[in-house]
Amino acid sequence: MSNLIALPIILPLIFGILVAFIPKKRKLSRTLSQVFTIIQLLVVGYVFLHVLQNGPLILETGGWAAPYGIIIVGDLLAITLVLTTNIIAAAAIFYAPQSLSKQQEEFYFYSFFFLLIAGVSGAFMTGDLFNLFVFFEVLLMASYGLIVLGNGKVQLRESIKYVLINLFSSMLFVTTIAFLYSVVGTVNMAQIAVRVQEVEQQGILTTIGIMFFFVFATKAAVFPLYYWLPRPYISPNPVVSALFGALLTKVGIYSILRTFTLMFNQDVQLTHTLFIYLAAFTMLFGVIGAMSTNNIKLVVAYNIIPAVGFMLMGIGIFTETSISGTIYYLVHDMIIKAALFLLVGIIAYVAGTSDLRKMGGLIHHYPVLGWFFFVASLVLAGIPPFSGFIGKLLLLQGGLAQDEIMIVIVALLSSLLILFSMIRIFIRGFWGEKTENPHPERKPAASKMVWPAGVLLAMSITLGIGAEWFYPTISNISEYIMDPQIYIDSVLKE
Amino acid sequence: MTRTNDIILRTTTTLIAFILLGFSAYLFFAGHNAPGGGFIGGLMTSAAIVLMYMAYGIKSMEKILPINFRHVIPVGLLIAALTGVGGLLFDQPFLTQTFAYFQLPILGKTELATALLFDLGVYLAVVGVTMTIILTIANDRGEEEGV
Repeated sequence: MSNLIALPIILPLIFGILVAFIPKKRKLSRTLSQVFTIIQLLVVGYVFLHVLQNGPLILETGGWAAPYGIIIVGDLLAITLVLTTNIIAAAAIFYAPQSLSKQQEEFYFYSFFFLLIAGVSGAFMTGDLFNLFVFFEVLLMASYGLIVLGNGKVQLRESIKYVLINLFSSMLFVTTIAFLYSVVGTVNMAQIAVRVQEVEQQGILTTIGIMFFFVFATKAAVFPLYYWLPRPYISPNPVVSALFGALLTKVGIYSILRTFTLMFNQDVQLTHTLFIYLAAFTMLFGVIGAMSTNNIKLVVAYNIIPAVGFMLMGIGIFTETSISGTIYYLVHDMIIKAALFLLVGIIAYVAGTSDLRKMGGLIHHYPVLGWFFFVASLVLAGIPPFSGFIGKLLLLQGGLAQDEIMIVIVALLSSLLILFSMIRIFIRGFWGEKTENPHPERKPAASKMVWPAGVLLAMSITLGIGAEWFYPTISNISEYIMDPQIYIDSVLKE
Repeated sequence: MTRTNDIILRTTTTLIAFILLGFSAYLFFAGHNAPGGGFIGGLMTSAAIVLMYMAYGIKSMEKILPINFRHVIPVGLLIAALTGVGGLLFDQPFLTQTFAYFQLPILGKTELATALLFDLGVYLAVVGVTMTIILTIANDRGEEEGV
C-alpha cells in the first residue's frame, strides 16, 4: 500500500503534537520521545527495505492524480536520506537528556525536534516544488525555535542573523517558484521536467534555474553565501547543533541535486561549470575558516562548508560516477557531522571551555571520548578504511574522467587541510601532561553522552568497510538520478 | 492615577463580541461554498476574545474563559493530523476527504464533509496561536514591573 511512504512524515508530526501536551513532565516526555524515535526508525527501516525491493513508492495524497494533487515520491534516494535522518534523530534523542538544561526540556524541545524531523523527511520526499517550500518552512520554523531555546545572549544575536538570512532566501524561493509557474504553468516536479523541454525560450529557464541555485545555495552554504552559517550553528545546545549540521545544509544540497538533475538539465555547459568553480571556492574558504579558529565547535561548523563543496563538485561534474560519489558523501557526511558535533559538545562540556588553548591532557581522563574523536577525524578526512574515503574516491574518479584537474587538486588539498584542522583539536586537546581533571563530577554524564556518538561512528565505519554492500544500491540511485525519464514516467504514469 | 470609567466600552463589547463570535462561526461553516474557512474564522474568534480581554482585563477574563490557549494549539493540530490519517483506516490515500448528505432536524438535507473536521483543527490551531502570542506579549510587561 502506497500510504506507507507517508508514514515517515506523519509519524514525527503526530509524535511532535503528542509531546506538546506534556511539556512540564520531563521524565515522561523524555521516555516517550525515545520510544517514539525507535518506533519511527523501525518503520522507516521497513519502508526503506520495501522501496529497495519493490521500487519507488508514489502516493497521490487525497486520491488526486499526478499533476493535479500533491505527490509524495519515495524513491530510493529520498528514502535513503530519510533513513539516515532517522538514525541521526535516534542518536540525538538519547544524547539530549544529558545535554539539555531543565528549562530547555520544558519549553517544547521534543516537539520542535519531531517537527524538524517531519520537515526534513517531507522535504526529501515531496514531488512538488511548492510543497518543498512548505516543508522547508516547517523545518526552518522548528529550527528557529530550537536555536533560541535557552535564551542566551549569544543565541539571541545569532538567531537574528539566522532568521533574517533564511527569511530572505525563503522569499526568493517563493518569487522563483512564481517565475517558474508563469513560464511552465505547473509546480509538480515531474510535469515541470516535461514542460521545461517544450519551452521555446530556454534563456529564461536558465535564469530561473540559477535563481533556484541561489536559494538552495543559501540554505546549503555554498561559497559566496556561506558567511551566515558557522556562528549560528554553534550557539545553541550541542544536540541542536548536531541536528542542524547534519540535516539542514544537506536538505539544500539534496534540493540542488534534484532540481538540476530532474528539471534544469538543458544548459549543462553553463550551470554545471558554475557549480565546479563555486565548489572549489567553497572547499577552500571553508577549510581556511576551519584552520583559522581555536574554538573547537567553530572548527567543526566550518568543516560543514568544504563538505558541501565536495557534494556540489559531484553535481557539477555530472557523470554517473560523480553523482554516486555525491550521494555516498551525502549519507556519510550527515552521519559523521552529527557524530562530530555530539563529540565536540562533550569535549566542551568536560573541559568547561571550547577554547583549544585552555584545554589539554583530556585523554588521561576520557580515553573513550579521545579515541572516538580520533577515529571521527580520520573518517572526516577520508582515510581509506573509513566511509569518507569511498565518497571522495568516486568524486575524484569522476573528476579525472572528465579532465577537471583543477577541482581534483583543490579537493585533495582541502582534504589534507580538513585532516589538519581536526587533528589539531586531538593533539592540543587530548595529548599533553596529565592535569587535574577540571570537572570530575562531569565524568558519568560524559560517558552516557559518548555512546550515541559511538553508535553513529560505528554506522560510519560500517559504511566504509562494507562499501561492497552499499555500493550497488548507491550506483542504482545514481543511474536512476541520471535518467529523469524514469522519475517522470513513474509519477505521471504515462 | 484615577481609574477611568469605561462603561461605554464594556457595554458595547458585550454586544459586539457576540456579533463577532456569531460572524466567525458563520465564516467557519461557510468556507466550503463561500469565502471563509478555518483560518479567517479562527482569526475572527480571536479578535472577539481579544476585544473582551481589552474591555475586562486579564483577571476577570481568566474567570470567564478558563482555557490555557497553549494547549489549544496541539489539540487543533492533532484533529487536523488525525483527519488526514483517518483515510488510512479505510484503505484510502493519506489526506483523503469524504462527504455525505444527512437529514438534520432544522437545516434539512445538509452536506457534511470531513474537510470540516480538518478546518476545525485549523480553526483551533489559529485561535491557540493568536491568543498565545497576544497573551504572552501582554503578560510579559506585567512580569517586568513585578506585578
